[in-house]
This record gives sequence, C-alpha cells and structure tokens, in this order.
Amino acid sequence: MLTEEEKTEIMSAIRHHESGRAACVDVLKIVQRHRGWVSDEIHDIAGLLDMTTEEVDGLATFYSFIFRKPVGKHMILICDSVCCWTMGYEVMREHLTARLGIRPGETTGDGQFTLLPVSCLGLCDAAPAMIIGDEVFGNLTTEKIDAILERYAD
Amino acid sequence: MTTERPLTGSMKLNGEPLDIREYEKAGGYQAFRKALGSMTPAEIQSVVKDSGLRGRGGAGFPTGQKWSFMPAVDTVPGPRYLIANADEMEPGTFKDRVLIEGNPHQLIEGIIISAYALQVDRAYIFLRCDYRRGAMRLLRALEEAYAANYAGKNILGSGFTLDIRLHVSAGRYICGEETALLNALEGRRPVPRAKPPHPQTCGLWGRPTVINNTETFCNIPHIVDKGAAWFKGLGLTEGGTKIYTASGRVKRPGAWELPLGTPLRDLLNEHAGGMADGYSFRAVIPGGASTDFLLEEHLDVNMDFTAPQKFGSRLGTGGLIVLDDRTCPVGLVSNLIHFFSRESCGWCTPCREGLPWVAKTLQAIEDGEGRPEDIGILEGHTRLLGPGNTFCFLAPGAMEPLQSALTYFRDDFERHIREKRCPWR
Ligand SMILES: Cc1cc2nc3c(=O)[nH]c(=O)nc-3n(C[C@H](O)[C@H](O)[C@H](O)COP(=O)(O)O)c2cc1C
Ligand code: SF4
Ligand code: FES
Repeated sequence: MLTEEEKTEIMSAIRHHESGRAACVDVLKIVQRHRGWVSDEIHDIAGLLDMTTEEVDGLATFYSFIFRKPVGKHMILICDSVCCWTMGYEVMREHLTARLGIRPGETTGDGQFTLLPVSCLGLCDAAPAMIIGDEVFGNLTTEKIDAILERYAD
Repeated sequence: MTTERPLTGSMKLNGEPLDIREYEKAGGYQAFRKALGSMTPAEIQSVVKDSGLRGRGGAGFPTGQKWSFMPAVDTVPGPRYLIANADEMEPGTFKDRVLIEGNPHQLIEGIIISAYALQVDRAYIFLRCDYRRGAMRLLRALEEAYAANYAGKNILGSGFTLDIRLHVSAGRYICGEETALLNALEGRRPVPRAKPPHPQTCGLWGRPTVINNTETFCNIPHIVDKGAAWFKGLGLTEGGTKIYTASGRVKRPGAWELPLGTPLRDLLNEHAGGMADGYSFRAVIPGGASTDFLLEEHLDVNMDFTAPQKFGSRLGTGGLIVLDDRTCPVGLVSNLIHFFSRESCGWCTPCREGLPWVAKTLQAIEDGEGRPEDIGILEGHTRLLGPGNTFCFLAPGAMEPLQSALTYFRDDFERHIREKRCPWR
C-alpha cells in the first residue's frame, strides 16, 4: 500500500508531466526515496500511471539506479570502468569488501552499506572514484576509504 | 594562435557556478537579447549553419544542417521539442559535467536561443542521475532564468514562449542514444527507435524534435553574439574550440578548452603534463571508450573531425584515455567490453548475444585460459558487431577499441595465450 504522502507526491509529479507514463521514472524515484527501494507497490503505481504492472516493472528493472530489492542505508557506488580500473579500482574494491565483510552487490548484516560496482561516473579525472548518497569521492586510496567509512559508521 | 576560451573563460577558479548576475556581467544573455530582439529565426539558423559548428556529442553532425531538417513552424505547428543531451555516460568523458557545473546559464541561454531559432515551445535537459551537483545548479539557474522572464511565457514581451524542464535519468548508457532518449522521456523502455523517420520530423510523441549535445548548445550564444567568421577563426584546423579531457596515468588529468584541431601530442604533453612519474606512454584512446587506439607514431595528428580518420580513429567526445606501460592492454580492453556488454539494451541479437561472448573470451585470455583460436574469434566478432549489423551504434562503437587492440597489441594477446597467464599480474 502506498502511503498518503507518497500518493500526494505521485499525483503532483503526474500533473507536472504530459502523461502518467512520462512521469514513471520520477514516480519510481519518489517511492524509492521513501522506502529505499521499489517494493511490490509497483502494482499500485501502475494503476496511478495508467500503465500495466509489467510495463512499470520493465522500466524499474531496466534502469541501474531503481532498486527492486532492499538495499542498505548507504549505497556505495564504486566506478569499475576503464579509467578507475587503470588507476586502482580493484585494490579499492578488495579493500571495501574486506572492511565491510561483503561481496560486490551485497548489503552488510546491519543494513548500513550496500556495495555496488557501477559504470563510469564521469569523474575520470579523479579516478578511482565512488559516490555515497550525494557525496562524491575521488582519487581514492585505502586510507581515504577508511576515513570515509568512519564518518558514515555512526 | 588564438587563446580565446569562450565556453570556459569566465568560469570561476574555485569551481562555484556563475549565478545569473555574474553570468550577465561576463556578457551572458547578450546573445539572447540580440536574438529575440533583432534577429529572425531564419537569421539565427543561417549564422549557425555558416559557422560550420559540428555536433559535440561524438558523431560530429553539422548542427545547421540537422536543424534545417526540422519542418517550418507554419507547416507543422507545435508542440515542437528541443532536447539537450547531458546523459554523458561514455567512459573517459566528463566535458559536459564541467560545462554544466561551471556555467549552467550558458547551456540555458544556448537552449533558449536555439528554441527560438527552431520555434520550439518546450525544451528538455536530459541529465544523468549521478550528476547531482549539476542537477542542483541547473535547477537553481532555471529558477533564475524563469524569474527574469528569460524563459516561460511571452519572454521579455517578444511573444515567444518557452518551457524548459530538467529530466534526471536513472542510469543507463543507452539513454544517451538520441532515439532511446526519446523513449526514455516518454516513459517507455529506452531502446533505440528505427530511423527513418528522423527525430526532426517525428521525434518526441511523434512531434518535430531536435536533439543536440550539451557542448553543442553552449557554443550557440557565442556564435550568435560574435558571428560565424569569428567562430571559424577560433579553431586551428576546423571551427571553434573543443573541451578536451584526459585521464589515466598522466601527471595532470583534467579538462581544457582549446582550439579545435589541437595536436594530440600537445594535449598529452603540454596540457596533461606528460606521463606520471614511473610510467611510460603506450597508447591512447582519443575520444571516449568507443574510439580506436592511437600510438606514439600518431601523436602529431590534429584532434579534429577529420584528421584522426587517417589513422582509423575519431575525435569522438574528445576524452583521452591513456594506456601506460604498466597496465595490461588485454585487461583494459576486457574492462571496456565488460562495460558495453553490461550497458547493451538487449534489443538486437548481435549486440545482446555477441558482447557477452566477446567479454567472456577476453576475460578468459586475461585469466590465462585463452586458446590460440580465440584471437580469430574476436576478429570475427569485430566484423559481426560492426556497422550495419546492429540497431544502434553501441556495439560497433564497442568494437573500435577492440579491433585496434588486436592489431597494435597482437603480441600481448598471443603472450597471454602462450604463457597461460597475464604477464602484468
Ligand atoms: C550508445 C550511445 C550513447 C550515446 N550517448 C550520448 C550522450 O551521453 N550524450 C550525447 O550528447 N550524445 C550521445 N550519443 C550520441 C547521440 O545519439 C546524438 O548523436 C547526439 O546527442 C547528437 O548531438 P550533436 O549533434 O550535438 O552531437 C550516444 C550515442 C550512442 C549510440
Ligand atoms: S546495438 Fe546493442 S544497445 Fe544498440 S539497439 Fe542493439 S542491443 Fe541495443
Ligand atoms: S572511469 Fe571511473 S569515473 Fe569514469
């Protein structure tokens, strides 16, 4: 069940667009903002957008940053593309997996972190790079990663 | 040689964006006033055509010519659309980020002038979702532009009305392909559309639509302000400046606005500062991940829309990716193909089935499990996935670095297979 708050936001997004369908990505993001991921409310969403459940799910699963499974409180998006790979991505990934005790794609037991290797983030001049929430981190070293994780730990 | 930097010259050194007041003080929105105040749409189209401006999104299509395919407003009235492509997900490419973060109003002014020239009533900026800072700055700049009535209803009393919206995507490389982008905006699965019909006649919701790259739009105010001859004079070999970028083991990775046609050697040695200590140059991918490698012997090439073709490569996005002597070329190409394989939209069979196959083969060679016949299999795929066999350019683009790697780094591929290991690990 979508909450009243979600529904209000969704209806306002639809009004802002040419059609319900055109609002779909924005609407999925609204639900994701409230829940961290897009749960099986996808059926209710489809109803509001005048789309079929399959169409909405087709979009939700197509985009890399719409999550159809629960994820951690903090998403660690680490770039695994060419410049970051050249500049030491593999060492950073190994360090993160060892520190967090999870493999790429997994979430820590306490639900704090999900580690997700992603395509080029457009931060190639600061490779290796990663994003957590709204924060961008470049020129990563293992020491920097330790300091960043400390900050997010509490 | 000119040192003019119209696109980046007024940007702040501290990395903060220009607000509307600062932008106007630096000459911003002058071209917009001139365009709406004293020029007809046809006059603007003709100065853009005369300037010889070519699209900065990777393919280099002449902008004036692209615009001329849009039917006139009296034959096909609105809705008509304009889209700024700021999806920028090509590995090794971050020029549009620099332009948006440093001077969001320049893009907006370019959009408004272009929209007036094409008599369009709604414009979209299609932005990748990881550019959060860019999104915040664009939203703020759009608010300022609306508040000044540079956008919105009856702009400065001219009778021209334009709505500009920001669409923030949710992450897929294919959305940058212009027809997939149209499907994305309509809320459909973002796979490319068949062409023809071209977007100019049948684009967003079947209406006339022009799609240009962010850097392309950023050039428009300057061309309208200072004229076609001035613009042509900016370049070394072709018109205008270009935002070149470099990444990899160079001393100073970064972005520079330079005359179009700047030699590759100058980009590497002068602007990127040469190789980092302890590393030597081996090769460079000159224009983002979907361009062919160039070697030391090619470095005097002028980085423009024609010269790199002599050596089988392209200007592409102008994003240099440098390969050093301590990085495995097989591993690097394997990484590139892994990207393209992951980002394939799955719409057509050669790309959907072929790219994972190529990725698996490359990974096997890198892991010391390659067979002698694998090199021939890879070569076969560069033809199977080459131009003409797939629905869009993603797969042919992926084959460009692979085919040149198989030529230039043949020994490295063979050594991996012979020694059953990666010599760099
Ligand atoms: C797979 C793929 C991804 C693309 N991504 C982008 C992109 O992120 N930004 C862009 O401007 N053009 C991109 N393009 C090129 C666009 O299709 C289109 O040619 C371009 O936006 C036109 O702008 P221009 O004429 O100003 O260069 C991509 C093309 C392909 C095949
Ligand atoms: S070439 Fe690849 S990305 Fe392009 S339409 Fe075919 S499957 Fe999709
Ligand atoms: S390759 Fe990692 S940010 Fe571009």
